[in-house]
Amino acid sequence: MSKDRLEIPDYNSLFSEHRFVEQRLNKQQFEAPCSEQETAEALAYSQSAEYMEKNFNRKAVVINPHKACQPLGSIMAALGFEKTLPFVHGSQGCNSYFRSHLSRHFKEPTPAVSSSMTEDAAVFGGMSNLIDGLENSIALYKPEMVAVCTTCMAEVIGDDLSSFIGNARNKGVISGDFPVAFCNTPSFVGSHISGYDAMMKGILSYLYERSGLEAAPGSGEETGEKLNVMLGFEPYTGNFAEISKILQAFDTKYTLLGDHSGNYDSPATGEYEYYYGGTRLADVPLAANALGTLSLQKYTLKKTQDYITGTWKQQVTALSTPLGITGTDKLLEAISGLTGLPLPASLLEERGRVVDALTDSHPYLHGKRVALVGDPDLLIGLIGFCLEVGMEPVHIVCSNGDVEFDNVKFKEEAEALLATSPYGSEAAVYVGNDLWHMRSLLLNDPVDLAIGSSHLKFAAKDASVPLIRVGFPIFDRHHMHRYPILGYQGALNLLSLIVNTVLDELDRNNSGFNYDLVR
Amino acid sequence: MGLDIEANKKLVEEVLEAYPKKAKKDREKHYQINTEEAQTCGTCALKSNIKSRPGVMTPRGCSYAGSKGVVWGPIKDMVHISHGPVGCGQYSWGTRRNYANGTLGIDNFTAMQITSDFQETDIVFGGDKKLEVIMREITEMFPLAKGISVQSECPVGLIGDDIEAVSKKMSKELEMPVVPVRCEGFRGVSQSLGHHIANDAIRDFVLGKADLAETGPYDVNIIGDYNIGGDAWASRILLEEMGLRVIAQWSGDGTLNELEIAHKAKLNLIHCHRSMNYMVEHMEKAYGIPWMEYNFFGPSKTYESLRAIAALFDETIQENCEKMIAKHKPAMDAIINKYKPRLENKKVLLMIGGLRSRHTIGAYEDLGMDIVASGYEFAHKDDYEKTFPMMKEGTIIMDDPTAYELEELAQKMNVDLVGSGVKEKYVYHKMGIPFRQMHSWDYSGPYHGFDGFKIFAKDMDMTVNSPVWSLMQKKEKEHVQKEEAGI
Repeated sequence: MSKDRLEIPDYNSLFSEHRFVEQRLNKQQFEAPCSEQETAEALAYSQSAEYMEKNFNRKAVVINPHKACQPLGSIMAALGFEKTLPFVHGSQGCNSYFRSHLSRHFKEPTPAVSSSMTEDAAVFGGMSNLIDGLENSIALYKPEMVAVCTTCMAEVIGDDLSSFIGNARNKGVISGDFPVAFCNTPSFVGSHISGYDAMMKGILSYLYERSGLEAAPGSGEETGEKLNVMLGFEPYTGNFAEISKILQAFDTKYTLLGDHSGNYDSPATGEYEYYYGGTRLADVPLAANALGTLSLQKYTLKKTQDYITGTWKQQVTALSTPLGITGTDKLLEAISGLTGLPLPASLLEERGRVVDALTDSHPYLHGKRVALVGDPDLLIGLIGFCLEVGMEPVHIVCSNGDVEFDNVKFKEEAEALLATSPYGSEAAVYVGNDLWHMRSLLLNDPVDLAIGSSHLKFAAKDASVPLIRVGFPIFDRHHMHRYPILGYQGALNLLSLIVNTVLDELDRNNSGFNYDLVR
Repeated sequence: MGLDIEANKKLVEEVLEAYPKKAKKDREKHYQINTEEAQTCGTCALKSNIKSRPGVMTPRGCSYAGSKGVVWGPIKDMVHISHGPVGCGQYSWGTRRNYANGTLGIDNFTAMQITSDFQETDIVFGGDKKLEVIMREITEMFPLAKGISVQSECPVGLIGDDIEAVSKKMSKELEMPVVPVRCEGFRGVSQSLGHHIANDAIRDFVLGKADLAETGPYDVNIIGDYNIGGDAWASRILLEEMGLRVIAQWSGDGTLNELEIAHKAKLNLIHCHRSMNYMVEHMEKAYGIPWMEYNFFGPSKTYESLRAIAALFDETIQENCEKMIAKHKPAMDAIINKYKPRLENKKVLLMIGGLRSRHTIGAYEDLGMDIVASGYEFAHKDDYEKTFPMMKEGTIIMDDPTAYELEELAQKMNVDLVGSGVKEKYVYHKMGIPFRQMHSWDYSGPYHGFDGFKIFAKDMDMTVNSPVWSLMQKKEKEHVQKEEAGI
């Protein structure tokens, strides 16, 4: 191979070549750029305490927020159900963005259609678009259910999904019994997680109500519906396999409500099939007969939980993403509590192995100051993990943590959790803030590590903090979502990710004599 | 060698069978097989730039995507507000790889998401007051920003906010250009109208507002290069090596000042004609600046374009041009010698934007590859008029093809490479068909110019000839189908 090797510099090395550096400098005569001094001063100023104060005092502009809009979450929820086609009612550009965004995270296709509303729909409403769209998409993509959500456009003009879908049936475009679940997801309310919740509740309530079944909690034990489990807006396909492993270790019967892991982790077989796995539609009404429901994202799934408690009259145990040993302990207690089953020996043994790993690694993590960014449930899990290994959460930014849950807000819970440990004493929780705020925090009160999505990479770079990618979206690293982070196994994965980043940094920054072979 | 016209006609008919009657009738109008007749009568029956059918999974985006994502977003020293709810700005954040020199957040604002994050109250009471506050805060947060643009999202137009009045007022108060851009996503049928709207805003608010102290006979502009992976840099270096002086680069790595002085150029060189033709046509009318379209994909087209550009200047430039081509040709030949044997006769299906499906053909052909089907997301009639003569007879030309159509065509034509976008990519990976994202160069690049062609060739070889494709255990069914078809 090397015989005919040609020098092909890539975009990384090419533009450092002298000729391109010269070009860049030459171009400046037309740019009217700021002087080097001005730029240096502005950079220094942007890193100052004075700037930070101004930054935190801004009222209106949002800079690099850590949230997306509702319909994106709604698509993910719809893809958790068998042969379900997500349908976005509104302008088609939104749908293209959702599909791209999700595909960039999972490196997988995201099948979803839109009703392609344009100016005339803005004036006359989008009913004919929805009806034509249902006809075309069902003919072409042969779903067994369509799940419709709205965009901000459809919401502003006040389109009525329920009556439009009814009209599609009246016109004979869809048969009377073809399921079309729906929900309202204006982008100027909530975020991707509330959109997930809206569609999850939309699908559960729709399929339950049309089944004609009367919920009888606990009666389904004999027929196989013992426990319902919801993972929520789950960016880790690996977490589905891990929760299933845990439930199987309990030997409990269970139904995962919303399982998009098949759609976002399908095999390459030479054929693309459009629908891979998902919760069986027929299982949804039967889920109303389960003993209880376990929710693993209590802030995300607020409305769905309320629905299950209210209409299905089921006991709902709601946790945040069960990360770390303590988080997983809570998960196992919750499963045991709902099912009455004892803790499985295999999991307790696994717990022991992971605790062993934590004891091996703790010296490198102890006292490490950490910045965290994410959705509320992920953050609760991450804070718990940090505290149990002796890491100190310092800056915690949550752009979308304003959802109330049983009158307890995320911020209060996070602060209460931090108060349980001396390692949480330095922490401050910022709800509704963005990553430009985080930049100021990182520059003015430095930390050792940042944990968050790819979007945090800019602030982390400015502050020269290594970023450990956890959460959504992770665009710039491959396959992170395939490794579970929940459960004991997930704790081990998180631990490996973090401790090895610390060790990498140690080697990278070593002064020569301490480039140790053994660590 | 031409392709089988009748067979391809039949193939398209077969694919469209899946649609309900009304949609089928519409989709038929968006297909044509390239024939001599089709070339002489231009686009004949091929319909373009009209609404997509609802429910069909169109690859298209919206006006906002065209304006913010393509035209305005890459202008690095202005702050572009995604005005409306949070999503649009979030999804277009840094995804087009418009490289720019400068310090992010200090004097370069390209890979940032700056939004008004509309809440329900903004919809009810309007966002104009908030927009004023946002603009003041932007000057506090980003003191070196040279200007602001307002990229309207759907609700802004629907609730009737007067962003023009706010912009006018704030431009005066902040003493900098503040440009309202009415690129709400529901306007038009694709990104394309967004390009037009964005161009009009440049024309109305920026163009001609500054002076260039000294002008020269060789002053030119690069128009319609968004510097994906550094494309504009790899192009500019050739023009400058030839002795021309590039005074403005739109809009990749571009600055406000370059937009403002561009009217001083002697010639506009336009790469992406689809997205910025409105500007060069305007400058021709308003300032008498001639323009020409050029193509820096692949050495053949690059030589041709360089010579055509040089022909508009004096002998010095023409000599420089020939010297330059002579200098670079051996390197280009070496690339072709290496990669052509690996890529010859490979069948390619392209479906990209509004221009690259024809612009990149030369680069593929330099490597001996055959384009068997080609189409656009948002092209217009004039794009197809240029496309037909560039394609072999029998090539399937398609407008706004849906995901379903592309998948069927790629499989039935047994293509060796698909070039399209991220929404399409992973579908083809499942199918075992090599794929490159041709909107973002699949996180590689540049592809323009001589430096770019090296990377292009390497990338195509890597994609088509990777051993990973042979690891796939394809299902029995497909083998049987292929045997039946005699493949």
